[in-house]
Amino acid sequence: MSISTTQRPGQRTTPPRKTGRLDLGEGRRAALLLSPTFLVLALVVLYPLLSAFHQSLFSSQSGLDADGFVVEGDAFVGLGNYVQIFAGADAARFYNALWNTTFFTFTTVTLEVIIGIAMAVAMNRAFRGRALLRASILVPWAIPTAVSGLLWRWMFQADGIVNTLTNQQVLWTAEGFAAQAAVIVAEVWKTAPFIGLLVLAGMQIIPEEVYEAAKLDGANAWRQFVAITLPLVRPALLVAVLFRLLDSLRMFDLPFVLIGPRKSSVETLSILAWDESNQLQYGTASAFSIILLLYVAVIAYVFITILGADVVGEKKPKPVRARRRSAEPAATDVTRSEPTQTKVTR
Amino acid sequence: MTTTATRPFTGRPAAQPGTRTAPTPGWFRGIGPIGRAVAIILIAVYCLAPFYWMIVSSFRRSTDIFQNTLLPTTWSLESYRQVFDGSTMFGQAMLNSLIVASTTTAFALVFGIFAAYAIARLNFRFKTVVLAVIIGTSMFPGISVVVPLLRLFSDIGWINTYQAMIVPSLSFAIPLAVWNLTTFMKQLPYELEQAAMIDGCTKWQAFRLVLLPLAAPGIFTTAILTFIHSWNEFIIALSMVNDPAIQTATVAISKFTGASDFQAPYGAQMAAGVLVTIPLVIVVLIFQRRIVEGLTSGANK
Repeated sequence: MSISTTQRPGQRTTPPRKTGRLDLGEGRRAALLLSPTFLVLALVVLYPLLSAFHQSLFSSQSGLDADGFVVEGDAFVGLGNYVQIFAGADAARFYNALWNTTFFTFTTVTLEVIIGIAMAVAMNRAFRGRALLRASILVPWAIPTAVSGLLWRWMFQADGIVNTLTNQQVLWTAEGFAAQAAVIVAEVWKTAPFIGLLVLAGMQIIPEEVYEAAKLDGANAWRQFVAITLPLVRPALLVAVLFRLLDSLRMFDLPFVLIGPRKSSVETLSILAWDESNQLQYGTASAFSIILLLYVAVIAYVFITILGADVVGEKKPKPVRARRRSAEPAATDVTRSEPTQTKVTR
Repeated sequence: MTTTATRPFTGRPAAQPGTRTAPTPGWFRGIGPIGRAVAIILIAVYCLAPFYWMIVSSFRRSTDIFQNTLLPTTWSLESYRQVFDGSTMFGQAMLNSLIVASTTTAFALVFGIFAAYAIARLNFRFKTVVLAVIIGTSMFPGISVVVPLLRLFSDIGWINTYQAMIVPSLSFAIPLAVWNLTTFMKQLPYELEQAAMIDGCTKWQAFRLVLLPLAAPGIFTTAILTFIHSWNEFIIALSMVNDPAIQTATVAISKFTGASDFQAPYGAQMAAGVLVTIPLVIVVLIFQRRIVEGLTSGANK
C-alpha cells in the first residue's frame, strides 16, 4: 500500500534508487520496440525522400538530342530540373498548379473552419437524436474521396441536380472557375463535418463553471463565445486545421476524379507530379514532389512555431495558462486539472 | 439563474435579436429552440443529402437516370446488375480492397502497438523527438512517396502486386496507428502495471496480460480508423497497379466506363459508389462513438 502512494507523485520518473539501471534497460527496450516501426518508415518514407531528391537531379532522355543521336537513360543535370520548373518553357504550368494548390487549400480550409465551428456550436447541447446526428456527420468523412468525386461529378452534370435546384445552366465539370468551385464545394462538404466534430469535442471539455462565472460578470453570449469558447478550443482547432492544411496541400483524388487530369484550372502540384511520372519523366516528377514536400514542410513549420499548434502534446499547459486571465476565475479549474493530464504525456 | 446546466447560448432570455448575422451563440439564443432544431436539421441534410442522392440514383433505370424526383419513379436494380456484369471485375476490385486494407491495418497495428507502448509507457531520451518524427512522416504528401517507389517497384517487378500497394500504404497507416495508440495507452493507469509487477510479473507479462487487454478498445478503434483510411486510399493504388485484376475498388470506380462508351454509365457509377461506401457507413453507424473518440483524442489530449 505504502509503495503505491509514495511512488505516485513521481510515477513518470522511475524510482530514484534504481534510476540508472532501469533507464538503461528501458531505453534499450524502447529502442527494440521502436525499431520495426522506424525500419518500415525508413523504407517507405526516408528512402523515397532521398531517392526523390537524387532522381530530381537527373533528366530522363529518350529521344533525339541536339545532334540527332538517340539518347536513352538518365543524364545528370544538377539543379537543371528545378531551373526548368521555375523558369523553363513549362514554368507557367507549374505556377498555375502552385496557385491552384494554394488557392484550394486556403479557400477550403477557411470555409471548413467557419462551417465546422458553426456546426459544433449548433450541436454543443444535449438533444434527442444527437447520436444519430453524430453518425450522419461521419458519413461524408467515411465516403472515399474517389467516390465523393464521382458523386459530385454526377450532381454537377449539366442537367444534374445542382443545376436543377439552383435553376442554372453551368457546365461545372468542364474548365474554368466553375470547375474550381465544384472542387471546393465537394471538398468542403467532405471535411467541414470532421472539423466540426473536433471542435465539438474541444467544446465539451470546457467546464460549465467557466460560463457560469462569465455570466455572473455580465458577459453576453457573444462575449462568452469569443473570450471562452474560442480560446479554449484553440488547441484542438489548431491541430485540426494543421492536418487539414497539409491534407489539402497534397490534394489529388478529388480534382482527379471530379474534373479529370490535365485540366489546367484544377491541376494541383500532386496531379502535376503524377502526370509527369506517368509519362516516365521521373526527374521532373521527383523535382515536383520535392517542391511540394518543401512547401508542406514550410507551412507545417510556420504553423507549429508561430501559432503553436501542439501536435505532440508536450506543451499543453502553456496556452491554457496564458489564457487564465481572460477566462475568468473558474478557468483555473481547467488549468488545475491540466497537470494530471500532462504528467502522463511526458 | 435557475438553469444551472446552461451552455453559452442559453443565457438571459432577453437577447438582442438580429444584432449578429453570423451563426454565433447570441444568434442562436435569439432564434430559440425552434431555430436550433432547424440548424440541426440543416446539418443533417448537408451531410446526408449527397449520399442520399447517390443511393436514389443507383436505383433508377438507365432510361430515367436524369430524373430529379426525390424517389425513383420505377425502382430498378439495373445499375447493380451492370456493376457485376463481368466486364468490370468490380467484385474482384472489392476483394482486392479488402485484402490490401486489412493487411495494411494488421501490419500497422502490430508495429503501432510496440511503438506506442514504448512511447507511452517507457522512459527514454528523445521521446518527444521520436513521436514528432513519426507524426511528421504522416505529413508526407502521398505523391512524394509514390514517385520514387514507383521506379523502385518497377525495377524489382512489384508493379501489379498487392505488396506494391500495402508497403507504401504503411507510410500513412503506421503513423496514424502509433499516434492513436499512444494516446490511448497514455490514459491507462500506471498503478495496474506496477501492481502486476509487484505481484511478480515481468515487464513483458505486465504488458501482455494487463496492459494489452485494457488497451483492447483503443486498439479496436485504431483498427477501424486505419482500415477506413486504407480502404479510401487512391493515389498509391492508382500508380502502382494497372492490371484490372489487382486494382482496388476506389481505382476501379474512377475508371468505370461501363459497357457503352458513348455515355458515361452514371447509374452504374452510383451503384458501385454505394457498394464501396456501404461497408464503411455500417461500420460508422455501429462504432460511431468509438470513431469519434479516436478521431478527437489526438486533438484533445
